[in-house]
Amino acid sequence: MGEGVDARFNSKLREAFGSTPFILTKFDKFMNWVRGSSMFMLQFGIACCSIEMMHTYAVKHDLDRFGAGVPRASPRQADVIIVPGTIVSKFAPRMKRVYDQMPEPKFVVGMGSCTISGGPFQEGYNVIKGAEEVIPVDIHVPGCPPRPEALVYGVAKLQERVANGETSPVTVKPYELEQFGDLDRDELVQHLASQIDEEDLVMRYNWAESP
Amino acid sequence: MSLEEPTPGSATEVGVTEQGLDYDAIESLLGDLVVGRESHVNAESFVVRPDRVAAALDRLKNRAGFDHLSCVTAQEYEDRFESIYHLKKYADPTHEVNLVVPTGRENPHSQSGNAVFRTADWHEREAYDLVGIEYDDHPDLRRILLPETWQGHPLRLDYDQEQPQVVAFREHANPLQQDQRDDDTDTMFVNIGPHHPATHGVLHLKTTLDGEQVADVDPDIGYLHRCEEQMCQQSTYRHQIMPYPDRWDYISAGILNEWAYARAAEDLADIDVPEYAQIIRTMSAELCRIASHMLAVGTFALDVYGDFTAIFMYATRDREIVQNILEDLTGQRLMFNYLRLGGVAWDLPDPREEFFEKTRDFLDDLPAKLEEYHDLITGNEIFQLRCVNTGVLEPDVAKSYGTTGPVARGSGIDYDLRRDDPYGYYPDLDWNVVVEDGCDNFARVLVRLREVEESAKIIEQCLDLLEDWPEDDREIQSNVPRTLKPENDREIYRAVEAAKGELGIYIRSDGTDKPARFKIRSPCFSNLQALPEMSEGEYVPDLVASLGSLDIVLGEVDR
Ligand code: SF4
Repeated sequence: MGEGVDARFNSKLREAFGSTPFILTKFDKFMNWVRGSSMFMLQFGIACCSIEMMHTYAVKHDLDRFGAGVPRASPRQADVIIVPGTIVSKFAPRMKRVYDQMPEPKFVVGMGSCTISGGPFQEGYNVIKGAEEVIPVDIHVPGCPPRPEALVYGVAKLQERVANGETSPVTVKPYELEQFGDLDRDELVQHLASQIDEEDLVMRYNWAESP
Repeated sequence: MSLEEPTPGSATEVGVTEQGLDYDAIESLLGDLVVGRESHVNAESFVVRPDRVAAALDRLKNRAGFDHLSCVTAQEYEDRFESIYHLKKYADPTHEVNLVVPTGRENPHSQSGNAVFRTADWHEREAYDLVGIEYDDHPDLRRILLPETWQGHPLRLDYDQEQPQVVAFREHANPLQQDQRDDDTDTMFVNIGPHHPATHGVLHLKTTLDGEQVADVDPDIGYLHRCEEQMCQQSTYRHQIMPYPDRWDYISAGILNEWAYARAAEDLADIDVPEYAQIIRTMSAELCRIASHMLAVGTFALDVYGDFTAIFMYATRDREIVQNILEDLTGQRLMFNYLRLGGVAWDLPDPREEFFEKTRDFLDDLPAKLEEYHDLITGNEIFQLRCVNTGVLEPDVAKSYGTTGPVARGSGIDYDLRRDDPYGYYPDLDWNVVVEDGCDNFARVLVRLREVEESAKIIEQCLDLLEDWPEDDREIQSNVPRTLKPENDREIYRAVEAAKGELGIYIRSDGTDKPARFKIRSPCFSNLQALPEMSEGEYVPDLVASLGSLDIVLGEVDR
């Protein structure tokens, strides 16, 4: 360490590096380590699971200890979205929009059975059978709701994976927001044609074929 | 008769006798409006023609004193559609009456009750959305829970759940625009939500602002409509329904919700609950109420002055303690699934002394903690400036919207089902109903904080009773048949005082082991409906404060 630097900067790690101020690593690897070590979580509450998510952020469990950041209120400042709850047809396009607004690279933690599969409401007429029908999910934390400890574990696993450069590929999803004018002209679309503007963004749900 | 000037609060309420209600007198009051009479388990019901609904409601409200429309249930039969208006009195909720309005199968429509009770507005929109009955003279008959483009009405018998749907994602136009003479209007349209930290979940407020003032606000709900009623209708009474109530008001109020279902189903099927189990129920329900009010207060402070660091953390700290106690008792932190029809799932955890000690410790620390809350919240000048005289809800407006719980009690309405329609072990305990007559955001917070004290009193007394309970008499469940099949066509509406107000359940049995119709009356649904009344003309931050003071939970609003 050169002169003029305070003794406080001489950490154990610094000692281990010896006298040289350089380390050699791949830039990508370094960046992945950085990403995994400072995750910015989006404040996103949907249903019951979000209560346990709040407890995860708050005293006792304190997700911040793990370098998983302070919750951010805007998707533009966040790189992780925890999806805590049941996604229904009316909300799915909104959630997709919020996800799309997050800057790349972005990661998704699916919290709870609802986010995985629709959970206890899977047979409902209105319930999307898992967040993965709409956005790609990196880590699933099962439970109804998962305990805060489980969520902490899920986030820690995500950090580990991000640091190793592994995340789930962005797959082609069955449901995309698309313009109404681009939909296939079947009976339903014809029926709605007078009510919806061609340019409107819509999602089409094919309940029979969803898993 | 209905043309007469209403005399609010007149002492001569038709049909009231020493013993309770004289339904014949009410029938003669309704006179030619009545075309039939039915007996429901909770009360007598009068059948009226679909074009005379408003007149009948008006007579019941203004002449017989039924000033609380708790619920509107719509359902389909093989041969007809039916709407049921469940009416009560704020002064005495054991006085109940139902109006049944049958309509034909082809093109069902009946008259709206909105002119008499404002709360009918949303309830009828929901009935239109899910069952598809049209209400004439309704000011704004749109879908409320499902997207506007939805095809079909899902609670109809012939609904095809497999059909594809298209859901639109719209940018919204300024709804006040058409009222303006010139094109360059001064108002601005702002969407608050459905993803916003101040909306307590997925609520969408369509707000029109005039400068910094709220000119119009239209709550748009349905972003968490999880088909709870359908789920309950396809589950068996005995075990399969009980997990769902936990997920209505999920802010740790699970046992309060479970009790709503337990109470309705037990009365429907004539099941007794042993005294010992009643005490455990009462104790655990009040623990839930404390947990729920803690979160309400914590998030309210978060809304009002962004205090994520102190008050919110204090509130979660205390909730953790309550959650730990409840976890010892039930085995879960949030979704307790603890009540059973006829009792509770299991006895207090072993060793009992440890459980008692833990709970007593919590209660002993509570007064000091509440003092902290009062220092941090109600004694805080900024908080007072933001909350006193904002979000004002006058008592008569509150009644017309059917608000209940801390919202009604903050408006000076002395209404609490634990005392007025007693159940559980409440009548044998010594506690008070908290009422504040400030009618503003501040009053509602005060009510919650003082209610925590009252809950603590109740828990304390329950603990004493449980501790001394003879060991050979600890019966936690009565004898309940393995398969419950209530008689065909029994109908009941029963409510309990949940953390947010009157949580009611309507069940109609059809002789099988599953309900034919299961309707949830959630307090938050009616409370949220009053939001525009509270916030129009006020500033945007007051709107946020008013919303926070209502303490809504979207799982229960949307169900
Ligand atoms: S997984 Fe369970 S706790 Fe989580 S949102 Fe779904 S129902 Fe609620």
